[in-house]
Amino acid sequence: MLDWLPENISTYGMKIDFLFYLIYYITNIIFLLVAGFMIFFMIKYRYKEGRKSEYTHGNNKLELIWTSATTIGVLIIALVSAPAWKEIKIDLPEPDIIVQVTAEQFNWRMLYPGPDNVFGTADDLEIENELNVPVDKVIHIKLLSDDVIHSFFIPNLRLKQDAVPGREIIVWFEAMKTGRYEIPCAELCGFGHSGMLGLLYVHSSEDYEAWVNENWPES
Amino acid sequence: MTENDHVEHSKQSIWSKYIFSFDHKMIAKQYLLLGISMLILGGLLAMLIRWQLGYPDEPLPIIGLSDQYMETGEVDGVVDEMWDGWFEDETENWLTMTIPGGVIGPEFYNSLFTMHATIMIFFAIMPILVGCFGNFLIPLMIGAKDMAFPFLNMLSFWVAFIGSIVMLWGFFVPGGHAAAGWTGYPPLSSSVEFSGVDWGQNLWIISLMIMGISSMMGAVNYITTIVNMRAKGMTFFRMPLTVWSLFIVAILLLLAIPVLASALSMLLFDRIWGTSFFNASGGGDPILWQHLFWFFGHPEVYVLILPGMGIASDLLSTFARKPIFGYKAMVYAMISIAVLGFIVWGHHMFQSGMNPALGMTFMFSTMAIAVPSAIKTFNWLGTLKGANIKFTVPMLNTLAFVSMFVIGGLSGIFMASTPVDIFIHDTYYIVAHIHYVVFGGSMFALFGGIYYWFPKMFGRGMNMTLGKIHFWMTLIFFNATFFPMHILGIGGHMRRIANPMQYEFLQDMQWINEFITVSAFMLGLAQIIFFFNFFYSMYKGKKSVDNPWEANTLEWVAATPPPHGNFPTPPIVYGGPYEYGVPDREEDWLSQVTKR
Repeated sequence: MLDWLPENISTYGMKIDFLFYLIYYITNIIFLLVAGFMIFFMIKYRYKEGRKSEYTHGNNKLELIWTSATTIGVLIIALVSAPAWKEIKIDLPEPDIIVQVTAEQFNWRMLYPGPDNVFGTADDLEIENELNVPVDKVIHIKLLSDDVIHSFFIPNLRLKQDAVPGREIIVWFEAMKTGRYEIPCAELCGFGHSGMLGLLYVHSSEDYEAWVNENWPES
Repeated sequence: MTENDHVEHSKQSIWSKYIFSFDHKMIAKQYLLLGISMLILGGLLAMLIRWQLGYPDEPLPIIGLSDQYMETGEVDGVVDEMWDGWFEDETENWLTMTIPGGVIGPEFYNSLFTMHATIMIFFAIMPILVGCFGNFLIPLMIGAKDMAFPFLNMLSFWVAFIGSIVMLWGFFVPGGHAAAGWTGYPPLSSSVEFSGVDWGQNLWIISLMIMGISSMMGAVNYITTIVNMRAKGMTFFRMPLTVWSLFIVAILLLLAIPVLASALSMLLFDRIWGTSFFNASGGGDPILWQHLFWFFGHPEVYVLILPGMGIASDLLSTFARKPIFGYKAMVYAMISIAVLGFIVWGHHMFQSGMNPALGMTFMFSTMAIAVPSAIKTFNWLGTLKGANIKFTVPMLNTLAFVSMFVIGGLSGIFMASTPVDIFIHDTYYIVAHIHYVVFGGSMFALFGGIYYWFPKMFGRGMNMTLGKIHFWMTLIFFNATFFPMHILGIGGHMRRIANPMQYEFLQDMQWINEFITVSAFMLGLAQIIFFFNFFYSMYKGKKSVDNPWEANTLEWVAATPPPHGNFPTPPIVYGGPYEYGVPDREEDWLSQVTKR
């Protein structure tokens, strides 16, 4: 089961994967313990004619132990989760490149600001369903929606963020590996939801340079 | 009971006895019948969903639906006139419009999963767990003659019935039924332009409002009955945990449903009168809906699982022949779940665009709610230790409830961790989790409860051999169906997509989808055994004695089936509900009405 996660190519993705495996092992141990005890009790205390069960209404000490143990356990999980969440969604690093992504039924419109790095100027370039970024750079995505709620999902980057009409939401990532990756929509957005799909191209710095020169030859 | 009462009862007409009955037991049976019918419908919708996912865009293998029929609406020259006049274009019929060529397609697929969830939650599980068990058990278990407001009770069922008709009507309107998910997120749900769904979505909203009114009437009735009509000696802490759970559920409904009702009203206004509550371009906010919906929606999840916990506790103690471990801890855990349930709604919205700092807060409150759930699990385990376990069919279902609930609870911790949720949110991991809680949890408790109380309801027992076959098939195929969904989710498989083959990264996992589909069909087939057993036993089952399970609670003191008014004289309660295995007694049980 452990290699079912898609390949991770993002800098913060390994933190998510680490938390995933941490919780995976913790919950597995708890499950095996609970299931083990349950099966043991079921076999040992199966019905025998004439025997009476142990007459007890509980044990306050035990209640206290498992209540505090669980509290400490979940508190630890929450506390180790918090920094990763802060890093991914709250404290965004300074961007090297900004791309504006507008979701619409049923496309991702990627708007590149061009060499002047300013949106709304003549050198802006819009490409449908194709996100081109260089490797090892901090990318900011300005996420907008034209119609309904969509969700910008790049499994390999461990990135997901809803695009909400009327809001401008900024998310970031830094890809560590070049290649071609899929960008499905993860939030039901209508009859074309299934199949709403963009592509992410992570280029090496030379390839990215070439891509920029190809699209903005005058600069 | 006087002679006069008897005369009066024998004079009841069919209408007042079976249709507009004031008797809580008849109303419970009406809810049960409604719930079971909708359970069958919801299950069939699930089968269609699974067909599409296992074999995307392949025509349905329905015998008798020839290609000729699917294309023309005719079989051997006979025109299917059933749907004539229903649509503007009369040459089309419902089937060829909905599934052209027998292929489900993305529009109908969206309606399918929307209606599967809506029907299962609001029209199957709630009517059975809350409507049927609540009505049947509360007065009997607390030693009352009936509900506090019998007329309101009758009204509550018939309002729910009307709500169900309105919901079913939606399947037959042009544009199809609601297709925005059971969560109905606007703007998709608020605009015909975006979804193509017109009156289907309106009827969905109106029906849920009607169901809300029904639930409110039920909730008021349950709370009043439990507070005021307990028999002499039935203190709060002598109530069976089933009654406690239903009491807490009624309070949850009372507090949560008005919020849903107002959200639904705003949505309807947005749709029909063009208001802009959820429309960003008009100054509204789509996320407002999510806050309101989940403020209702999360307590709603506990409405579905708490009665299961109550029923499981009762059955576990009865068949373990041992007092429930930590009775008061169980009660306090349920109360904590109910209270915390109102401050965790944001965990459905971690990736919604809600302030991420708020997400952090909701992560902590969500983690906190794991604690009372764990307390319950450990107490169930404690009940089994040193017990004398009778593996009856209700007990098997209860044990399945406990173990499946453990899996469903543990998988919830992954989502509570906000960073992990970034990846698994809106994937099949969530689908797996909800089904482990609501099918593995609520449904197994529901099955257990029906096997257990069926003799009291109908005076006859269900067939236990069929019950065992049904149980084992359900347990095996339930896990074969839903466990692999965790793996799909971890692979990134989004929920609510009609065709996974459209994505390269999901193609390698398609065999899992196919495996799930086959398992789901087997799971569906297993339920036929249950439904057959249910209806067969109603008329042909073995006649039951008053207390077939040798249980302590008051419903087993009443005659089988209990007459109108339940008890010949008001029972007096001398002790708690779980006095099993009391030392120095010959029997291993001690009824609540036995003097000690």
